[in-house]
Order: sequence, then structure tokens, then C-alpha cells
Amino acid sequence: MSEPVFELEVLRYRPEADEDPVFQAYTVPYNEDWVVLDALNHIKDNIDRTLSFRWSCHMAVCGSCGMMINGEPKLSCHAFLRDYYPDKVRVEPLSNFPIERDLVTVADDFMEKLASVKPYVIAKEDRPVNAGEHLQSPAELKTFKQYTMCINCMLCYAACPQISLAPEFVGPAALALAHRYNLDTRDSGREQRQEIAASNEGVWDCTFVGACSQVCPKSVDPAAAIQQTKIASTVDWYKALLSPWGK
Amino acid sequence: MDRRPYIREMPKLWWLGQRRYTVYMIRELSCVFIGAYVLVILVGLFHLSQGPAAYAAFLDALQSPLAIAFHLLALVFALLHTVTWFGLTPKAMPLRLGENTVPGTAIVMAHYVVWIVVSAGLLLAARV
Repeated sequence: MSEPVFELEVLRYRPEADEDPVFQAYTVPYNEDWVVLDALNHIKDNIDRTLSFRWSCHMAVCGSCGMMINGEPKLSCHAFLRDYYPDKVRVEPLSNFPIERDLVTVADDFMEKLASVKPYVIAKEDRPVNAGEHLQSPAELKTFKQYTMCINCMLCYAACPQISLAPEFVGPAALALAHRYNLDTRDSGREQRQEIAASNEGVWDCTFVGACSQVCPKSVDPAAAIQQTKIASTVDWYKALLSPWGK
Repeated sequence: MDRRPYIREMPKLWWLGQRRYTVYMIRELSCVFIGAYVLVILVGLFHLSQGPAAYAAFLDALQSPLAIAFHLLALVFALLHTVTWFGLTPKAMPLRLGENTVPGTAIVMAHYVVWIVVSAGLLLAARV
């Protein structure tokens, strides 16, 4: 009996040769323990070394190997062949991003958006090292811990139709991280982040499709973060309206 | 070598491609029926202010098959609007009790309880 095989259709785009992306079919040995990333590595090592894709950790931590697998944004290291076998899978680069080559996307726009919300602790004043740790209770940590799980894999950007429909939209992961630092008791940077987060291209471009939270491989809930930021920003707006003289 | 990033266009009917996008679009569409129903109520209020004869004519117009069909359709979309938005409330309004987060289902159920109590109260008040 012949060994079982698994078929993949991979979207190829070689800018020096292809006018438009085209699907290319590959057949690899079927292994129950393999994920789609293993199949791609098998292709690269044994069948076609011109195939380009990003990956690093192979354990859903680095966030590099996000791809559309049968139209769904997934980490390819997290997508087992056995969940698709005996059907074949279609592997495409993440939606809503320009394609650099094959499965590699251009992430520059995301990187700029991420930096724009200042996703780091902005302390009120510099704290000398000899002042010791900045203590935080487990209860305080709990308020934002889920958002710290974000690995910047951009699956939420691929799932969010607003990213394509309103390209200026800052997007789910960046806004979730803005919310995460705003909730952090060591942080005083909310006002700086609000310039972007509370603007039209911030939370108000979100139409609450909710797909971002559904596809997150780390169970972060960006949709919740964005809706909560909308409410907090609205409260800010009314406060400013009712007491323009005081902050 | 020159870079030549390729931008894929979003299909015009992107929201028909996946169930979650279709459900989202139907949820968004439901607000049109809510808005239309609010207009009907405003027109009714206007007729009420014009005296009993005008209001009776308005009520009579509501008996037409077209008006009944519209109301049935508006009811279906109003229910969909309510159920989908109630389902999303735990995301927008998470509740914390001390160190613990109130489960999302409790927040959603509380909305249904308030909805039922207010509806029953209004129906009772209308009978008195």
C-alpha cells in the first residue's frame, strides 16, 4: 500500500516573474503530527526551495507564521494536517496585507500603527533604579493580563474587513495594546495614546465585526478592548463638554 | 532587486464569503428596520397630537397588509438586533466584583431579565 499523502495549494508570487499571484499545487507525505508549517518546510527542503514564507519558533509564540489556511487566518504552526486530511488545504498570505513574495507579506504599515499607540509603560516620572521595583498586585495585573498575551501575529488584521475598507484604521492588536498599557497601574501615558486611540482612525473606525477576537491564537479579545476604549473616550468627551475648565 | 509588493483587491461581495461577515452585515442591516420603525412611531405621535380622528386614521392605516408585513419584518430584525447586541455587551461592559470578573453570561442574562421586566411592566401599564 502506498504511503498516504497530503495536498496543498500554495499561492505563489514571484515579483520578478509573476504579474499576478498564482496557485501552485504540492504533494507532501501525510504525517498525523505535522502542522501546515511542517508541510511547507518539507516543500522548501525537498521539493521547491524557491518557496518563501516566514517562521521562527514553531510553537505559537513568535507570531511569524500567520497565513490564510482555507481562507481562515491561522498560525501555520498551529494548524494540524489531521484537521484537514484527507482534504487538501489552500495556503495564502495573510489577507489585507500587500504580498512581498509568496507567503511573505509587507508588515510596515502594521509596524507604524503599532508604534503610534506607544505600546510601552510611560511612567509619570523617571524612577531611579535604587527606588526598587514598581509593585503591582495580582488583582491589578488581572485587569489587563489577557492583552499582554498578544504576539503581534497580525491574524486579527487579516480577519478585520475594516483594515481593507478603511486603510487608515489603526487596527485591533495596536488598539488592544494601547488599552493594555492604559490599564497598567505603572503607566501614565493614556493621554498621549488617546491622540491616536480616540481618533477616527483609532477606535471609531472599528465597526465591531468581532472577527479579530475570534481568530486570535492567544485568546486576546481586541474587540472588547476597542469597545471599552470607545466608552472611556465618550466619557472623556462628555466630561470635557460639561466641565471645559477642569481636567 | 526592485520590490514590487502585490496588493489584492477586496472582492465587492466580501461579506458573502464567510458566515461571520454575513451575520455581521445582517446585524448592521437590522438598524435600518429599527430606524424605520422609530419613524412609524414618530408619525403616530404626530397624528395623536392632531386629535382623535387623525390618530384613528393612523391606526386604520396600520391595518393594511403592507403595514402588517413591514411590522413583521421589523419585528424579526428588531429581535435579531437585540439578541446580537445583548450577546456583545460583556465585551463593552465587563463587570468586576472585587478581584473577580462577572461571567459574560450573567451580564447577558441580566439584560434579558431587564428586557422582560420592562416589557411586562409596559404591557401591564397599558392595560390599566
